[in-house]
Amino acid sequence: MATDELPDDPRVLRLTTPLDEPTLRSLRTGDEVWLDGTVWGVRDASLIRLFDEDKRPDVDFTGAVFLHTAPSVRRLADGRYAPVSVGTTTSMRMDRFTHGCVAELGVAAIVGKGGLSEASLAELSEHAAVYLAITGGAASAETLQVEEIEEVVWEDLMPECLWKFRVKGLGPLFVTMDSHGHSTYRDVQQTAARNLEAVYRRLGI
Amino acid sequence: MTTSFPKERRPEMTTTGTAAPDRIRLAAAEELYEDIVEVGAALYKKALTDLPPDVRGAIGRARERESGGALRRLDVMVKSIDTSDRTGIIVCQDTGICVYFVRLGTEFAINGAKLVQALREGIARATRRHDLRSSVVHPLTRANRQDNTGVEVPEVHVEFVDGGDELEILLVPKGSGSENMSFLAMLSPADGVAAVKRFILESVVKAGPRPCPPTIVGVGLGGTADLCMALAKRAILRPVAQPHAEPDIAALEHELLDALNETGIGPQGLGGSTTAFAVHIEYAATHISMNPVAVNIQCWRGERARATIAKDGTVSYGY
Repeated sequence: MATDELPDDPRVLRLTTPLDEPTLRSLRTGDEVWLDGTVWGVRDASLIRLFDEDKRPDVDFTGAVFLHTAPSVRRLADGRYAPVSVGTTTSMRMDRFTHGCVAELGVAAIVGKGGLSEASLAELSEHAAVYLAITGGAASAETLQVEEIEEVVWEDLMPECLWKFRVKGLGPLFVTMDSHGHSTYRDVQQTAARNLEAVYRRLGI
Repeated sequence: MTTSFPKERRPEMTTTGTAAPDRIRLAAAEELYEDIVEVGAALYKKALTDLPPDVRGAIGRARERESGGALRRLDVMVKSIDTSDRTGIIVCQDTGICVYFVRLGTEFAINGAKLVQALREGIARATRRHDLRSSVVHPLTRANRQDNTGVEVPEVHVEFVDGGDELEILLVPKGSGSENMSFLAMLSPADGVAAVKRFILESVVKAGPRPCPPTIVGVGLGGTADLCMALAKRAILRPVAQPHAEPDIAALEHELLDALNETGIGPQGLGGSTTAFAVHIEYAATHISMNPVAVNIQCWRGERARATIAKDGTVSYGY
């Protein structure tokens, strides 16, 4: 999507990777972000290899953006891969790796759907990182924002390799967990629990 | 500034050999089952790329109610549907675990065992043809055949229609985000319908953002434990905004939908007044000392595709 299609709103930001600490600290829940640059696709298997097996590729992840994904791809004649569908998977399965990502690797932002735990929220605060929510299930729009698969690390984990995507205007991404202890997921769950009690009273159940 | 791809890298699905058959060759068994394989493959592609009109309508109505971030998220859903219409890219990356629902007229002559084999092969063929991610693994070894099939999967439910002369095939590639949010409770009859309502509502609230709301909430009432869950799955197949034929059940569906939309979970679980597009209930008789209730949730895409094969072999496609 072109920049001129973005709403004229100070809380809508177009950012280029890698992301630095002042930028990350300026982000608050409710902000909308569009990304240019590099996004790394990670998932259960690649995170297990990174942290449980303690294997590290020769990559500097300082200020990097991680995306919870396992894409459909087509292998091309030259051995490279073309994206068939790059979407986003439920983040909570990978929750236990948040510490490793932000504290050990220096990852700046985790893009996913469904949010992370309170423990992860504390990690984001401590290490100046954010969680960005993509609109789950809307992968075809997301796929066209991936310009190229630049590198594939650990091809043996297919489709759960470490994917280096070059993205242009990846978004809209919503800041739903910021580095100041705010979580939209917690807010909505608390509201929903209160509203549910009111519904029970109204229905007399 | 549009995103450009070198031509060979465009992420479109391949189109070679993908014409959905418009006629099944009934005369020779070999051709008949080969054509059924192609129908299965065509249904898989259709379900993943072309969302049903009732779902599109429900998103449109939700957009009229929402504002702010909730509206932005619904807009992304619309953009994704449009992108898939234009390019043939699958809407969601999750290729799902496929479930077929077959209605077989007793006057439509076919070998049921070969039909089931052909339908399963259709999923494998589409997976290879379109470079779809294989999402199906062995439950213990996690071994992946790389063709979206495995032991007993795709599941094929068959219902017989006495006197019918058609073969109807409905395919649902069920995504894991929503299928993981499945709930069953064997409640006590003494707790009555109040407990049933509370269980349904609290299940959807507990699921929160994970099944990709706004959802279609399928509810099964009665039967045995397995039948109850099957009813909940069958309930998600019904088009959005088509109430149950029985007024009492339709009223309960309506009441539960209003209640869910008052919770404020909203699109993607990030707040808003559209938590669900619909609540659909299917029921069966149960035991005097049982009160089972099941919830099976379908994500906002409501993916499904249908082929109806007439007695003369003509195939028509729908949702």
